[in-house]
Parts: sequence; structure tokens; C-alpha cells
Amino acid sequence: MIAPFRMTRWAAVVSACCLPLPALADALTQETRQQAVNWPAILMFGAFVLCTLMITRWAAGKTRTTADFYTAGGGITGFQNGLAIAGDYMSAASFLGISAQIFADGYDGLIYSTGFLVGWPIILFLLAERLRNLGRYTFADVASFRFAQTPVRLFAAFSTLAVVLFYLIAQMVGAGQLIKLLFGLPYSYAVVIVGVLMTLYVLFGGMIATTWVQIIKAVLLLGCATVMAFAVMASFGFSPDALFAKAVEVKTMLAGQAGADPASAAAKGRSIMGPGNFIKDPISAISFGMALMFGTAGLPHIMMRFFTVPDAKAARKSVLWATGWIGYFYLLTFIIGFGAIVMVATEPAFLDPLTGGLRGGSNMAALHLADAIGGNLFLGFVCAVAFATILAVVSGLTLAGASAVSHDLYASVLRKGQASSAEELRISRRTVLVLAAIAIVLGILFEKQNVAFMVSLAFALAASGNFPVLLLSVLWKGCTTRGVVWGGSLGLALALVLTVLSPTVWVTVLGNAEPVFPYSSPTLFSMPLAFFTIWIVSLLDRSGRAAVDRSGYPAQRIRSETGIGAAGASAH
Amino acid sequence: MDPAEPAGGALQRVAEDPRYHALVARRSRFSWTLTGVMLAVFFGYILAIAFRKDLLATPIGNHVTTWGIPVGLGVILVGIALTGIYVSRANREFDPLLQAIRKDAEQ
Repeated sequence: MIAPFRMTRWAAVVSACCLPLPALADALTQETRQQAVNWPAILMFGAFVLCTLMITRWAAGKTRTTADFYTAGGGITGFQNGLAIAGDYMSAASFLGISAQIFADGYDGLIYSTGFLVGWPIILFLLAERLRNLGRYTFADVASFRFAQTPVRLFAAFSTLAVVLFYLIAQMVGAGQLIKLLFGLPYSYAVVIVGVLMTLYVLFGGMIATTWVQIIKAVLLLGCATVMAFAVMASFGFSPDALFAKAVEVKTMLAGQAGADPASAAAKGRSIMGPGNFIKDPISAISFGMALMFGTAGLPHIMMRFFTVPDAKAARKSVLWATGWIGYFYLLTFIIGFGAIVMVATEPAFLDPLTGGLRGGSNMAALHLADAIGGNLFLGFVCAVAFATILAVVSGLTLAGASAVSHDLYASVLRKGQASSAEELRISRRTVLVLAAIAIVLGILFEKQNVAFMVSLAFALAASGNFPVLLLSVLWKGCTTRGVVWGGSLGLALALVLTVLSPTVWVTVLGNAEPVFPYSSPTLFSMPLAFFTIWIVSLLDRSGRAAVDRSGYPAQRIRSETGIGAAGASAH
Repeated sequence: MDPAEPAGGALQRVAEDPRYHALVARRSRFSWTLTGVMLAVFFGYILAIAFRKDLLATPIGNHVTTWGIPVGLGVILVGIALTGIYVSRANREFDPLLQAIRKDAEQ
């Protein structure tokens, strides 16, 4: 029963990898080559899993209360949290995706990197310390601080689950594709492995295990990327200009080979040194920039990380470390992308003879570069790190989703704050199981779908719902329950609707001829709508609750600014 | 999670402390200024990409490297530098002031 399934799966894997299939003999050698390449990767990944499971076992012994489970008891240091944030944020999508984009179009990849980074200073200046001073477990603690608990927590839980789910699906599908390719495992096995491992980490080790998985992964990923960037720079005598010159030469040559006349080939070569077609119109450019910048400040799994440190000072320090590491990482991916143009694009072994594209698909640029630099063993190591990266990101997402259900929906809305720590913990663990099952099922269902838009949708939702709600509830005296619920919900709804009507979904995924909404990102419209709605609804709100909301502001403000009365670290 | 519950007296004393109001005013002016700088730098860059791609694609002198490279990497470095500036001033100046205010309020 299993054998034929395996055979067809292998065939599917081989063809999905875009390996050449001119003859059966070729196919077979490709297959064995694939296996030979993958053993080091599997062994190293096994070592990583073993190590993280031991950490989970250790963490399980320390996870007794809800505070331990959600926030590691607030006992993570600023430096550790900075690394964990970096580990949570540097997804496989940014490592493989951005280097692949630079490999394809050159400069355009840098625009992504800058957008992903500039949200961090904003978080630090406006939110990080206040989040730590007001919240305990979830961002809803902060957003609902002086408001009616039920409506605001319902909104926050819904919005958290929406953001987490879209992000999670994108990661699961990416994980399945990547692991299918790297390890030669069938897609569904890969998705199940990711789902099961993430469940083990989160279920037993909670935030302590999740944090350490993220820290280890961050160190491994930064280490790998440093080695690769160093090797690239070393082969050009550490002259960036020499690297760029060679990359332009390679792109010019490739364009010439593809049949372009010398003048247009030279133009094509030079085009990698400036912004290209990635951003077509100014509206899309600004809208996209807003989604990246403010979306980061509204991602629930990122905000949750600020509750793992003992105080506001450590929260501040962790953003500095995180920003430094993330910025350094994007600098490395820039070098890696250009290195791949020079060292991968000219090497026939990495190219698909049928299409002329990269063997294994366009996202493989960084991995082929690892092969070119350090051979099979290093490739195996980088593959294992890429897998570890996905595990770290999905664990953080699942924990954020579970806390929204158990802390916001169950303990606050359903039980009105009367649930015991043990009951809340039990619901949280059950939610982890449910979320993992949903992630596995959706991951398998979406296998053949183009899910690239889902990460940008998650950022757009976070920028249009969570960010305006959080900012105004913390900083504006006049803000009311009705205002944040209406404003946040409308922002979310508009972001969702406009994304469905945009070219990526309406045309590419749904197959319609013309997009209803012509721009690639909804945030320029949905985020201001959320701010405006919160403002106008709050202003016109004459309800009794509104008076309570407004009178709660002074005390909230003092606590958010000074940390008086903030939840401290639990004793460990 | 009643905001009035923890240390209500301390909150009252802080509210009456002029040093607290001075600190919050200074700190929020500082953080909004840095926010403004970051927004201006990033959206300036995005607008340059949207309207003047050619400027960023201009080579520096007779190198292959274009102006877009230092500008793009510069945006990342500005982001890191601004967080550094904020953290250092907060550690050096705001934290001791805050400690003093809290100490008097929570006694």
C-alpha cells in the first residue's frame, strides 16, 4: 500500500524539482544525486531536533503556571529576547525569498529589506515600553486595558487569529515545498513533521522552549549567512564594487545569450543596480511601505515577545538588539543575492537545462550558493537551518494564536476573569493541538496554491487593525470601546476585501481578467480608515461606557509611562 | 486588571508630581521626533523609488555601484542608529528621573 504511494510521490517530487527528465536513466541518477545531497541535511536537522527536544524537556519542567507558558514567567533577558525576536522575524521567506529576489532583479530585493526593518524603530519609540508596562500575556491586555473587556477582546482575538492563520498557512506551505525539495520527503510528510514538532515545543515547553528554539535558530541562521557573505566578499577581495561589476557583467552576458542585442543586453545588465519594476506606481509603493512598516508593529506574535522580559528597560534593550541583528541579516542577504548572481547563474550544474531557470525553482538561489561555497556538507547545514527557521517561526505564531483563544476568549470573555490558572493552561494546550491540526490540514490543502500574498495580507491586516487600535488606546485620551471595536473591525474588513479584489488574488489566484482594486497593497486606504473611524466614533460616543473609558485614561497613562503596578517577573 | 487597583496612592502621587509631567513631555517630544525622522527617511526613500528611479540608478563616479546602494543600506543603518540613540538617552537620562519619581511615589 505504501510502496506505490511512495513511488508516485517520488516521481512528483522529482518533477516538481524541475529536474531534467529526458530519459529514465537521467531521472534515476538525479534521484540518487538528490538523496546523496540530502543525507548531511537530514543528519544535521536530526541533531537540531534532538537538541531542541531536550530543551523542550527541560523547559517543560519549568512550565507550571500560565505566566510560564505564555511569557516564560517574564524572565528572559533583553539580549536573549532581542535574539529571539530576530529569530521570530527572520523567516525562511526573508532568507530564501529576498536573496532570490536579488538574484532575479538585483536592487529591488533591498526595498523589501528596508521596509521590513524600519518598523522596529517605530515599535521602540511608540509602543515597546508601554506594551511591557500595561500588558501581561497578549496585546489585547493592552488594547482593552481601560475599555469594556468583552467587545475589545473579541475583536483582538479575532484579529490575532486572522493574522496568525494567514502567516501560518504561508509558512506551512513554504515549509512543505522547501522540505520536499531539500530532504526529498513527500510534501504531506513535511507538513506533518513541521506540525508535530511545533506542537511538541509549544505544548510542553511553552514560551520558554519557543524562545530557545528561536534563539538557537537565530544564531545558526546568522552564522550561516555570515559565512556565505564572507566567502562571497573574499572572492572579490572585499570590494563591493568588484562584486557588483561582475554581477552586471553576468546579467549582461545572460541577456545576450537569451537573444537580446548588445545595447539592450547592457541595459538589462545595468538594471540590477537600480530600482526596477518591483514597484510600478507610487500608490502601490507608499501603500506597500506602510504595510511593512506599521504591520510589524501590529503582529501579535511579535508583540507577545515584549511580555517575556522583566521590565520596560529590558523591552527597550531587546528592540535595539533585534534591530541590530535583523539589519545585519539583511545586509548579508544583499551580498548573498549578488553572490548568487555571480557564482550560481553561470554554473550549469545549478541550472535547469530545459527552462534555463534555477534547478528546484527560483527560491533556491541561496541554497545553490551554499553548495557552490562549501559543497554538500555546508549545503546540508544551510538546509537544516532553513527547516529550523520555519519551526521557530510557526512555534511563535501558534503560541500567539493559542493565547488569544485561552486568555482573551476563554478566560476573559467566557469566564469573565474567573478561570483558574490551571483551567486557562488546559484550554491553551488544547488550542495548540487544534491550531496545529488546522495548520496541517490547510498546509496540505493549499499545496498547489500561490500563497505568496498571504504574508503581505498578514502585514496589511496587522497594520490596519491592531496597530491603529493599540496606538490610539494607549495614546489618545478620548478613545472609547465603541471607537476601537468599530475602527479596528472596519480596517481589518477593508484590508481583507481590497486584498481579495487586488491583482494578486483577483487575477492571479481567482483567474479574473481585470483587478477591481488596481494597487498591490490595501494599507494606504485601510489603515487611515481605521484611524478615522476610531476617531469619529469615539468623538460621537455619548454612551455611559464612553465616560468610563475616558476617565480611565489618566491612571492608564501613568502606568504606561512609569511601569507602576506592571506585572513583574515571576519568581524562578 | 482594574487600572486603579495596583498602588492607587502611588498613581495619585505621580499625577501630582511636576517632575513626572516634565519627564513625559520631554520623552514624548523626543520619541515623536525620532518617529518623524524615521518616517521621513523611509517614505523619502519610497517616494524616490516611486518618482525618481533614475537618481538611484545613477553610478557613483566611475564605479559600477549606484547611489541607490548606499541610500538603501543607509535607510537600514539610520533605523539601527535611531534605536541606538533612543536607548542610550533613555538609559542615561530618562531612567534615573523615572526611578526618582517612582521611589518617592511608592514609599
